[in-house]
Amino acid sequence: MDSGLLTSILFATIVAGTPLIIVALGQLVAEKSGVLNLGAEGMMAMGAIAGFAITHHTGNIWLGVLAGMFAGMLMSFLFAVVVLTLMGNQVATGLALSIFGVGLSAFIGKPYESEILQTVAPWRIPLLADIPVLGALFNQQSLVYFSWALVAGISWFLYKSRQGLVLRAVGESPSSAHSIGYHVIRIRYMATLFGGAMAGIGGAFLSVFYTPLWVEGMVSGRGWIAIALVVFATWRPFRVLVGAYLFGGVMVAQLFVQGSGLDISIPSQFLSALPYLATIIVLVIISRDQNTVRLNAPVSLGQPFRPDA
Amino acid sequence: MLRLEARAESSKLMSYASPLIAIVLMLFGGLLLFTFLGKDPIEGFKIFFINPVSDTYGVAELFLKATPLMLVAIGLAIGFRANVWNIGAEGQYIMGGAAASAVAVYFYESDSVFVLVAMVIAGGIGGMLWASVPAFLKTRFNTNEILVSLMLVYVAQLMVSWLVHGPMMDPDGFNFPQSRMFEESALLPMLVEGTRLNAAFLFAMSALLVGYVFMNRSFLGFQMQVAGNAKDAARYAGFSAKRMIWIGLLSGGCMAGFAGMSEVSGPMGQLTEHVSNNYGFAAIIVAFVARLNPIGIFFASLLMALLYLGGEQAQQYMNLPSSISNVFQGMLLMFLLGSDVFINYRLKWGRD
Repeated sequence: MDSGLLTSILFATIVAGTPLIIVALGQLVAEKSGVLNLGAEGMMAMGAIAGFAITHHTGNIWLGVLAGMFAGMLMSFLFAVVVLTLMGNQVATGLALSIFGVGLSAFIGKPYESEILQTVAPWRIPLLADIPVLGALFNQQSLVYFSWALVAGISWFLYKSRQGLVLRAVGESPSSAHSIGYHVIRIRYMATLFGGAMAGIGGAFLSVFYTPLWVEGMVSGRGWIAIALVVFATWRPFRVLVGAYLFGGVMVAQLFVQGSGLDISIPSQFLSALPYLATIIVLVIISRDQNTVRLNAPVSLGQPFRPDA
Repeated sequence: MLRLEARAESSKLMSYASPLIAIVLMLFGGLLLFTFLGKDPIEGFKIFFINPVSDTYGVAELFLKATPLMLVAIGLAIGFRANVWNIGAEGQYIMGGAAASAVAVYFYESDSVFVLVAMVIAGGIGGMLWASVPAFLKTRFNTNEILVSLMLVYVAQLMVSWLVHGPMMDPDGFNFPQSRMFEESALLPMLVEGTRLNAAFLFAMSALLVGYVFMNRSFLGFQMQVAGNAKDAARYAGFSAKRMIWIGLLSGGCMAGFAGMSEVSGPMGQLTEHVSNNYGFAAIIVAFVARLNPIGIFFASLLMALLYLGGEQAQQYMNLPSSISNVFQGMLLMFLLGSDVFINYRLKWGRD
């Protein structure tokens, strides 16, 4: 295989994996605090349309990313009010948020369906980008570097900082965290909003950097895959990165096979199904040993908390 | 300051009132939405909620749209009661529709009544096969059924896309991605002359009845209820958790498959990529709004069907995207889950 093709596969894998990293890390933080938000798909969709619309009107991609972030946060705020303040069922509420977000984004996005944004040029890091093959790592979209920084930042936050310790304590044992004086609900609000912000940025990455256009349903399951990724990564930030690139690789591989013009008698739909099937397989592998999930999942994940008055 | 105070026991009244509160809030949300879009809300409401059911044909359409929702929701409710989260009914619906279509296309030249019978069976089996994957993986490998059943929705959509672009494409269809139109023998008989309402509606009504008996009068239904409410008690009583998971998923899959069959054999009359209209997801909302109760499912399905029809009208007469239906549906469920807090809590003024 020539190095040109290898470089472009590596490049494409990283780009495809990036939104998954950003969204999954946001969910990871929320889940570490005990909140399971299945609304990632809807938050991403809202982030994608908000990012696209604002970039389209202002011509500024950063305003677009910011708008995507706020859209995601707003969605996660709705979720937080229902599950944290009103103690609604987290699974059902997350699902409702997904349906709502996908529907609302399609609704808002109708006028933008025929619009196209300018392709965003990657940020090239001098010298490093000149290395053969691996140089592709240093000639990436800005948000790719952001996703790497996020992995490092969240690892540090969760395992090295005091606030991270508190956040994990809230997820492991909300009642003890409460009894020593921490505001469980407030901390969960912040973690949930952070998850929403990241989902929004991930969505904006899709519509502003990746495609760059808006199509109804363009998130196509990435929000759900990101949630699966957190389980796959057993709630460890670095493993999210590895997993996201694995999925990115699967997504890209099927595109390359389809686009290669190779005379392969596999229908394109079967290839397109691969990322979803890969998600299932990965979930099976990770869940097979009951202890893997049980020992790593935050103990209070998905359960409402109400401090006794 | 407003604060929540726990009730001594959960309020039965509120558990019935909360869906109504959610509906009112949803209407209020719709009011804001129309106003925000610069449309006259009164006119909007009339087009959305009144126009669709202003004549016999419209009412028949309402029942027609509600039919698949009732079927899927009653199947899901059985699983939800036992905390089996089958979120992939959409995929099971699609596979049921595809399996039934395969029968119709294969026995294209037959005019036997058994074609329709075989289609019903194929639909049920198709849905159950798709639901058996998360059931097997959950019972054997402890894999999360929410994520697995959901991933299979996307796979099912791609499968149908492949079918109508390949093996099941209409040979005389000018390469349009759709199956041939079904013959008379593969179409459900009509109930009301001059409308599209078909026999599937009666089937759905009986399904609600059977579901009611199963949930409230059978030992297995009781076991599933216990498993949902008190997992440890169910285990202590020796109820098999794996059995609950299988029954919960298969009932949802089977009914979703029937619903898919009713759509291809009813209003569509062929298989296309658009075999589902998000019915599998809307039915989840139906099941929740109905409190997993068969009678509630009947009314919630009609409401949800009205939201679908209203969306179509809004698209036609107000130039709004039909996805406005999903916006209303999502709002409804969010408001419901939020107002459910008042079942166990009450609002109080003042400080602790």
